[in-house]
Amino acid sequence: MIRKSLLSVLGLTGASAAHADWALNMPKGITELSAETYDLHMMVFWWCVAIGIVVFGVMIFSLFKHRKSVGAEPASFSHSTTAEVLWTAIPCVILLIMAVPAAETMIRLEDSRDPDVSIVVTGYQWKWHYKYQDEGVEFYSSLALPSVEARPKQSGVDPFSVENYLLEVDRPLVVPRGKKVRLLMTSNDVNHAWYVPELAIKKDAIPGIINEAWFRAEETGTFRGQCAELCGKDHGYMPIVVEVVEADAYQAWVDTRKAGDAQVAQMEK
Amino acid sequence: MTTAVADSHEAHEDHGPAKGLTRWLFTTNHKDIGTMYLIFSLVMFFVGGAMALIIRSELATPGLQFVHPEFFNQMTTVHALVMVFGAVMPAFVGLANWMIPMMIGAPDMALPRMNNWSFWILPVAFGMLISTLFMPGGAPASGWTMYPPLVLQTGDAFPFLIFSVHLMGLSSIMGAINIIVTILNMRAPDMWLLKMPMFVWTWLITAYLLIAVMPVLAGAVTMLLTDQFFGTSFFLAAGGGDPVMFQHIFWFFGHPEVYIMILPAFGVVSEIIPTFSRKPLFGHDSMVYAASCIAFLSFIVWAHHMFTVGMPLSGQLFFMFATMLIAVPTGVKIFNWVATMWRGAMTFETPMLFSLAFVFLFTIGGFSGLMLAVAPADIQYHDTYFVVAHFHYVLVPGSIFALMAGAYYWLPKWTGHMYNETAGKWHFWLSTIFVNLTFFPMHFLGLAGMPRRIPDYSTQFTDFNTMASVGAIGFGVSQLIFVYVLLTAKKGAHATDRVWEAPRGLEWTVPSPAPYHTFDTPPKLRVAQESFE
Repeated sequence: MIRKSLLSVLGLTGASAAHADWALNMPKGITELSAETYDLHMMVFWWCVAIGIVVFGVMIFSLFKHRKSVGAEPASFSHSTTAEVLWTAIPCVILLIMAVPAAETMIRLEDSRDPDVSIVVTGYQWKWHYKYQDEGVEFYSSLALPSVEARPKQSGVDPFSVENYLLEVDRPLVVPRGKKVRLLMTSNDVNHAWYVPELAIKKDAIPGIINEAWFRAEETGTFRGQCAELCGKDHGYMPIVVEVVEADAYQAWVDTRKAGDAQVAQMEK
Repeated sequence: MTTAVADSHEAHEDHGPAKGLTRWLFTTNHKDIGTMYLIFSLVMFFVGGAMALIIRSELATPGLQFVHPEFFNQMTTVHALVMVFGAVMPAFVGLANWMIPMMIGAPDMALPRMNNWSFWILPVAFGMLISTLFMPGGAPASGWTMYPPLVLQTGDAFPFLIFSVHLMGLSSIMGAINIIVTILNMRAPDMWLLKMPMFVWTWLITAYLLIAVMPVLAGAVTMLLTDQFFGTSFFLAAGGGDPVMFQHIFWFFGHPEVYIMILPAFGVVSEIIPTFSRKPLFGHDSMVYAASCIAFLSFIVWAHHMFTVGMPLSGQLFFMFATMLIAVPTGVKIFNWVATMWRGAMTFETPMLFSLAFVFLFTIGGFSGLMLAVAPADIQYHDTYFVVAHFHYVLVPGSIFALMAGAYYWLPKWTGHMYNETAGKWHFWLSTIFVNLTFFPMHFLGLAGMPRRIPDYSTQFTDFNTMASVGAIGFGVSQLIFVYVLLTAKKGAHATDRVWEAPRGLEWTVPSPAPYHTFDTPPKLRVAQESFE
């Protein structure tokens, strides 16, 4: 809470009750690694605040005390080896303190071995395609109809009247809670990026390349994100929705999807 | 024989600028060319600024109000190209043209005809780039980074984009060669390298960066050109190429490029802060080493723009550590400026105000830069408004404020008159308030997860976007005060040779306005400095 209000003071915004939903900071997310990422972010942020207080403090003091209008006489010194060695060495130490935990998190982020569920994510201009490798389920996921109707210029629809405007899809990605989910990202046309802040995942989907990312969601719920790499005119209109459900609900969903797909296949025959 | 030489020399002494349009078309005078660079960059600043205002107007509220998404993408792309290559870079070259010969005691730039050419290429390059707005398929819309495969979907504008980037590169390379040759060969006899003013030093380093990386950019865009028209597959996966390779090549240019835009700014504020603190620059030599160190590091950090492309872990760790290291020499610079102010006797004329705001706000940009260096956190920040906030903090209250500071600082030397100080102060305070109102809320938008380069957004991002848009319009309007200052620049009191109370460079030993030709015979630095005591 203190952190939040400090941030809002920095932003000159004031965290009044009316604006309680103004998100000021990175979400802590729902995975171990998203929490670690958040902690790293806050650690570096607080170091920056501390350094800022010292540097700006000295500078502001100087601005008031060492001005000609209060009769300050200029000194003539132009170097001090001690000071220069100190302010080269101290930042090095601070950087080292930051670098160690950052490297540890980085190593864990890259360890996508032994997943429970593997999903191939393919970017298209301008929608996503998901293919569950072992379950044999696949589908496209596009911007949901209410947003599609509201988005054109002069659509006459107020974006505020659309629930989750531009952040809703027709078919969300469904994943089980507590299981290691590996995403294999690629693209069918241009570069895209799959970005869900609560999962702390942002990975480019690039044609001809398969990238890996992974997460283990610790909470159930609906989590939203967007394409984060400019991919053409509808770059702003290919959201991502991830639904985290309990393992049995997930299995039920897979079964329904399979049955539905079989039905569609039957009808197409 | 000797008389003939003497005669032609006398004739040379006499001639002033030619008359009419040909003066500007054919000029080889560093001051004329400097003026043209500065005016050109100011025009481009307003062109790019107008595009920024289109972007901010569209983003003021959710829903599409004014433009279509494809035009929005053209605006973000051309805004960036115009601001980077048309406003910031030429403005610093303009300052270099005007000031470097006068600061080192040279009569002109070493290669005056090439100087003329490197300027006149620019209007052609930007005429071509801006003409693409009227072509079928519109202007380039793939972002200034021109990532394939998306950039290959550009319409008729594509070859014009590539060719205009080639021309901008050509102009920069020629400008850089000229600056290096001038600095290394034409200094006053007793100005050895470590005696050079900081602005000259930072430009010398910048010029080397330019020569090193502009050809790399030219190579990258040429490969795009052949991929599009000549059947190659450098970046096309279907033909065995690699789209990520473009990003590596582009950012090998692109990261030094950001220092190309900030090192001369360091130089400008390093001139101004000592003058108005009435105290020598603290740690001149360590400033030089820090700038060189930043320049070297800029070559080995490029892939920190690419933490999400799927690099090997070892690569990510290397680029994270190398990037964090940049904080050390950058910190040294900031500490040195603060130490210069410490126990000085400061006054707060407009150039000093812009320089102080530079130190404050560039430091904030530096903090967000340090946060971005931390790779796991960068994965969250990457391609969100946090990045937009970061690079605008280092470019607008960074580079642009330094340019404004430099313009106010040297304007009396150029025109021979004091500018309107009241208007200058208004310009400063309004710019500073609005620049923060524009860019500070973008940090929060980015942290909350708003991606960059989107024309419309979900409703929870509304409030901060509206703030940023109000700030942007205010900032844009405030810049008109600067135009007013320029238009009335010759109405003020006559400036003395030294203009300010305590500047110490050679440029303050010549009359104000600086005559068309200065330093026909090389000055003695020591004599000049003794005259200041």
